[in-house]
Amino acid sequence: MELLCPAGNYPALKIAIDNGADAVYIGMKNDTNARHFAGLNFNDAKLLKAADYVHKHNKKLHVAINTFAHPGAQLRWQKAVDDAVAIGCDALIIADIGVLDYAANKYPEVERHVSVQASTTNLAAIEFYQQNFDVARVVLPRVLSVQQVRQLAKNSPVALEVFAFGSLCIMSEGRCYLSSYMTGESPNTVGACSPAKYVRWQETDQGLESRLNNVLIDRYKEGENAGYPTLCKGRFEVDNNVYHALEEPTSLNTLELIPELAKMGIASVKIEGRQRSPAYVEQVSKTWRAALDRYQQNPDGYQVENEWMATLANLSEGTQTTLGAYHRKWQ
Amino acid sequence: MKFSLGAAQFFWPKQQVEDFYQQAKNSSADIIYIGETVCSKRRELRDKEWLALAKELAQELSKIGKQVVISTMTLLESPAELQVLKRLCNNGDLLVEANDLSAVQVMSELKLPFVVGTAINCYNLATLKVLLKQGMSRWVMPVELSGDWLKQLLDEAEDEGIRSQFEAEVFSWGYMPLAYSARCFTARSENKPKDDCQYCCINYPQGRRMNSREGERVFVLNGIQTMSGYQYNLINEVNEMKAIGVDVVRISPDSELALQKLEDFRAQLTNAKQYPLDGKAECNGYWHKIAGMSVQ
Repeated sequence: MELLCPAGNYPALKIAIDNGADAVYIGMKNDTNARHFAGLNFNDAKLLKAADYVHKHNKKLHVAINTFAHPGAQLRWQKAVDDAVAIGCDALIIADIGVLDYAANKYPEVERHVSVQASTTNLAAIEFYQQNFDVARVVLPRVLSVQQVRQLAKNSPVALEVFAFGSLCIMSEGRCYLSSYMTGESPNTVGACSPAKYVRWQETDQGLESRLNNVLIDRYKEGENAGYPTLCKGRFEVDNNVYHALEEPTSLNTLELIPELAKMGIASVKIEGRQRSPAYVEQVSKTWRAALDRYQQNPDGYQVENEWMATLANLSEGTQTTLGAYHRKWQ
Repeated sequence: MKFSLGAAQFFWPKQQVEDFYQQAKNSSADIIYIGETVCSKRRELRDKEWLALAKELAQELSKIGKQVVISTMTLLESPAELQVLKRLCNNGDLLVEANDLSAVQVMSELKLPFVVGTAINCYNLATLKVLLKQGMSRWVMPVELSGDWLKQLLDEAEDEGIRSQFEAEVFSWGYMPLAYSARCFTARSENKPKDDCQYCCINYPQGRRMNSREGERVFVLNGIQTMSGYQYNLINEVNEMKAIGVDVVRISPDSELALQKLEDFRAQLTNAKQYPLDGKAECNGYWHKIAGMSVQ
């Protein structure tokens, strides 16, 4: 199984490669990718450097072009494809059907992966992408149980990639408009969820409050761990009961699923976090490399080390991790 | 311009569904969408019963130039769900609303026309062209897009000479479907696991309110679906929609009161009125390119 790591900038990319990534995925410095944050991503010069470093180490570079093209601006998405191909990327990760169509027609020889943002959760949808755009791989949304992933892997005509670690999207990706409902900006249209410019923190008599575009997302008592107000991870009220109505602040961690994922023939395990620091990328890459190598050496004797879990928990939202939808009980 | 009733998104008892569609049949709706779009565990009506009900409606309505469309599921995760989808798609005569690309795939294999629903990510001309090639005859714009976005896209389609090949429909009134998850939030709100949900959605015929701790209606929980807390209301934009070439205005029913809404919307064409919106219960932000929950 390929270990696919995130890189939001050149130092993170180098660190990912140096710590065991088989492949790295990056985005361009514009709204063609779903981590369109200030200070993040690669301009033309950095793109070339990135490709150079990755290829010098015989690793692979995937470029995420995974937002949806705006009318009148489709050339920007096409140019992103052109630029990624020009630097010799090994795979294009695409969400928009129109952009996939462009890439398949213009660069049939460059591998196309269906982005998680395309929300492909079943065999017929996979067949749609395979038959129309001859895609090499589909990245599965984080809504399927292990059993469902296994079922798909058995029948899928193309390779599958799954999310292995990182911030947990609990909605079928690419089909979640909660962020634009509250702020006007969504992953699909601007490449950001719960954008930082709408976040406000305020000390009040009732505690520290986090708001997104003025909507109260959470309120913390003294000593409580306050996290970024991603709107699906706040505390809300349902019939006088205040709780994390959608999800707690937590991260996905599937170290214990490595044997199962490997046996079903999953092509790649993906680490989330292009917005995270090089230090995060280093720790996660190193830990996952160690786990995958351990499994490789002795599949039957594979066991998750406590130290790996502790390292990853420290890098997680709310310092807790979950198997998410892979585990039926979570659903 | 035509007016449609979207598929009822909530889980209602069978009798309520049948009563609702009896009333819908006598409304002025030009198009009625019908079927389960949210959760395959909701089996007050099974796929055969949905089809039977739809065909019964169609038999009467087609005589007077009205259309009945079978709506399909949005999040399909299992082979069993795909089997049901295939049966609905291969129904013999009714048009199908695809809410996932799996339905697009099935319909194109059957070489039959279909409607592309709001949950399929069609944001631009290149995507419209691909879907037209597959057999799309009507496109319902994703709920998060604006009037400007729509206008520009329809103009591009016109310039490209393909505008006459499809109808454009806009979700214009009701609780908007905003997200779909593996997790059932209604079961979670009752501390039940999804696998033993006891079909509790049926206790919430208009979903379950999820408010901020300041009482702001943020979202509505409807099983695995998260909906807008406010009702979308484009009643003041009906004539603007007409001007930019919208073919169908969609009302998404939360009860039989929605049928009256449909009449109010239609009346805007002949006798336009300005309706003040209640900012604590209604919104129109998406159309105006601001936060969806806002009012302009």
